[in-house]
Amino acid sequence: MPEYTLRIRRYDPQSGDAPRWDTHTVDLSPVQSVLDAILKIKDDEDGSIGIRCSCQQAICGSCGVRMNGKPGLACNTHLDEAAQRGHGTGWNPPDEGQEAPVITVEPMGNMPVIRDLIVDMDAVHWKKIQRVTPWLINKEPVPEREYIVPHENMVDVTQTMACIQCGACVSDCLAMEVDPLFVGPAALAKAYRFVGDPRDADHRERLNDLSEDPHGIYDCTHCFNCIDACPKGVDPMSQIMRLRRVAGSDFDIKDRNNGYNHEHAFVKNIRKNGILHEPDLLADSYGGKLHPAAGKELLSGLPTAVTGLLRGKMTPRTALLHPHKAPPEVKKLFDTIDGKQQRYELNLYVSGYEDEPEGTETEGQS
Amino acid sequence: MPSHDVLIIGAGLAGQRAALSAAEAGASVAIVSKVHPVRSHSVAAAGGINAALNPEDTWESHAFDTVKGSDYLGDQDAIEIMTREAPNEILYLEHIGVTFHRNETGHLGTRAFGGASAARTYYVADITGHAILHVLYEQLMKRSEQIDRYEEWFTTDLLQDEDGRCVGAICRDLRDGALEVFNAKAVILASGGAGQAYKPTTNGLIVTGDGIAQAYRIGAKLMDMEMVQYHPTTLAGNGLLITEGARGEGAWLLNAEGERFMERYAPNKFELASRDVVSRAEQTEINEGRGFEDGTVALDITKVPRRRTLEALREIVNIGRDFAGVDITREPIHILPGMHYIMGGVKTDSDGQTTIPGLYAAGEVACVSVHGGNRLGANSLLDTLVFGRRSGLHGATQALQMPMPSTPSSRIAETEKNIEAIMNRQQGGRRIGAIKSELGETMNEYVAVFRDEEGLQKAHEIVRRLKEEAAVAGIDDRGSVFNQDVIAAIELGYMLDVAETIVVGALERKESRGAQWRLDYPGRNDEEWLKHIDISMNGADVPLVSYSPVTITRWQPEERTY
Repeated sequence: MPEYTLRIRRYDPQSGDAPRWDTHTVDLSPVQSVLDAILKIKDDEDGSIGIRCSCQQAICGSCGVRMNGKPGLACNTHLDEAAQRGHGTGWNPPDEGQEAPVITVEPMGNMPVIRDLIVDMDAVHWKKIQRVTPWLINKEPVPEREYIVPHENMVDVTQTMACIQCGACVSDCLAMEVDPLFVGPAALAKAYRFVGDPRDADHRERLNDLSEDPHGIYDCTHCFNCIDACPKGVDPMSQIMRLRRVAGSDFDIKDRNNGYNHEHAFVKNIRKNGILHEPDLLADSYGGKLHPAAGKELLSGLPTAVTGLLRGKMTPRTALLHPHKAPPEVKKLFDTIDGKQQRYELNLYVSGYEDEPEGTETEGQS
Repeated sequence: MPSHDVLIIGAGLAGQRAALSAAEAGASVAIVSKVHPVRSHSVAAAGGINAALNPEDTWESHAFDTVKGSDYLGDQDAIEIMTREAPNEILYLEHIGVTFHRNETGHLGTRAFGGASAARTYYVADITGHAILHVLYEQLMKRSEQIDRYEEWFTTDLLQDEDGRCVGAICRDLRDGALEVFNAKAVILASGGAGQAYKPTTNGLIVTGDGIAQAYRIGAKLMDMEMVQYHPTTLAGNGLLITEGARGEGAWLLNAEGERFMERYAPNKFELASRDVVSRAEQTEINEGRGFEDGTVALDITKVPRRRTLEALREIVNIGRDFAGVDITREPIHILPGMHYIMGGVKTDSDGQTTIPGLYAAGEVACVSVHGGNRLGANSLLDTLVFGRRSGLHGATQALQMPMPSTPSSRIAETEKNIEAIMNRQQGGRRIGAIKSELGETMNEYVAVFRDEEGLQKAHEIVRRLKEEAAVAGIDDRGSVFNQDVIAAIELGYMLDVAETIVVGALERKESRGAQWRLDYPGRNDEEWLKHIDISMNGADVPLVSYSPVTITRWQPEERTY
């Protein structure tokens, strides 16, 4: 069996010492997990390594850590997969006698470390979950038997129900790194679980709340980190985008953060130019070039624009004129989407594998 | 000192359901769990939950299937209660938000499950336990003014007053190592089974028999401990569970010769016979040389339409891919029987009351007994919820009529001393991990699907020896923040206590019934053994054995075929 070197970040708050790195070498098969390796080290060498873990099958959500820079569950990350990340593509486990590949294991980000690989999820993750009123507010009257609900709706919310609250998405959320108050991917996915549930009575209130909150649904920056991180295919960012679509299109919620206007400015911009024309985007997001609010935003954006001009990222010509015009293909795309009666939503429980985009229509939200 | 009407230890389905019903009855509630509640092992329950909710179905039919599944060792009064209350429990869960599967008319839909004469299993894809656990936790968050949650607190001891009444517990805050006395009028154990006494097992690392051992150590009687369920479909090596839902959806079992062998063992139900029957059939095929070289048989899920598998069995698609490198929608997967569940536990009545006043138990930690010799698939979630609710209600009702008992807080000094002694144990002898491995492998070899006197005696000797080794096994961690080493040492003690009671029960029962198949005593012997084996602590000596009758209401024992 090949050897792997685990480099584990250790931190003992009682010692008064700064964090340190311990290295251990284990002989395990490439398809055994990073957690298998850590447990073997705990059993055979050092029982003091702190890591939460239980089910070993990616359902309890305890063992979220960063492995060679990427967050995930230690129990369903194979050793060769984790090693690969540190060594680039095309890498193969070395033969016997060669140097063992290194897997660096660290605690998740965006949450304070309590000890070793254990982070304080209460201080961040669970507080944010609590923030989204995470329970069903029953539509009245509560029926004597079950609520009659379309099959598709239950399958649809099962994707967010599949969240195991492991925190991997929170760990690498870039928006949260900049704005610690951002409600964040896990809690917003949880919010969709109620907004997508026809039995819930408070869709409008929930969406209003999360649209108007400056740290709410419009605070997400589409970086896709949470989609990459999620071990369960919950796709938190997709759920945030669905919350926006339902809030904007179905409930017509025009928030004070200008999130709604910004989205619509984006669509308008692409429809017109084919590619993003940023000067227009900013102005349109605030009601057009002549709107007072837009003027203020444009002014405050000036230093950025000047830096952009100085560094050659844009020219006066691209800044002021509209050099691009949307080609017919873009117009056709817009026409096709506008012509649809229902929205297409990608949902793993409906559409199958990630790599098989046999996109299935789900019910439009109402 | 935290004082509550009702103290609940364990926050899986049974514990959370007990907390909600106790709170609803007006009691103040504390729920203590050594892990965050949503990490509890109920989260791994996949297939579903049984209830005769369809108008064409009857609770009597569900009850009879359960009695027959138990090989007539289940107590029929308790089984009647469970199956009668099942439909209301499903509706309760539906109303608080569980996203149960719907049929094409938008009503609750069902799937077939083993040992059942109707399709009465309600489900959420193959994450039913997970979905219910998370929804119950939503309710705990909603009721946080009435229910105090102590998350990541490890219970070390149950407390009794001078009259022997259970009046609380001592718990350790894992975050800083501080010990605290929890005072309560009623204490409900809901801390799950003891799967980690076996290796491999489908159970998580936290399932270490804590509650069973804690109750046993203060004199509570255990019952049916010999009845250990081997699930028919677990992965070789790591023991991961492939849900019975797969067979419920139509998957076949095949031996290495490609034969659908269940036809010979259960000509009517095939793969959907009860679990003990299917596991024995598989083990027989393997033992007689018709298995694959890796000691397995095959589960062929390609019989289920691919689209249906991806929607309803998504979790095992992932497990196949991540843990066995197999796309179960395209090829059969190798499986074998693996330790899954213990039917036995702390003996209770149908309100969850144990033989210790003030102490209740519900869920896998308890033995009511509704599962007898063999539990039907999708009856365990039902057991946790029905008896969790009943324990919470009974405990709260009692508590509201009595003053807060005084708690012997001096006991905390004793616990402190015990923990300090563990902290001071130096390495030198065997490591905790090695002792635990030997225990698990021993149990899996000698106290498994097929058993005999010689193997059981051997297992007993090994367990006794391991107890001695465990008492001096060293630890590495001397800190107090998340010291998992000291917890592992305590858990090892719990597992060894539970393992011994399992072995003693299996030695005692000289017949074959349900999950207990004795090669030296083949066949059920109702004349001598239609009774429960109760086990209680006897100091450091071999546990004491006694018997109690099986309650029979309307179903007399008959021959059991599927």
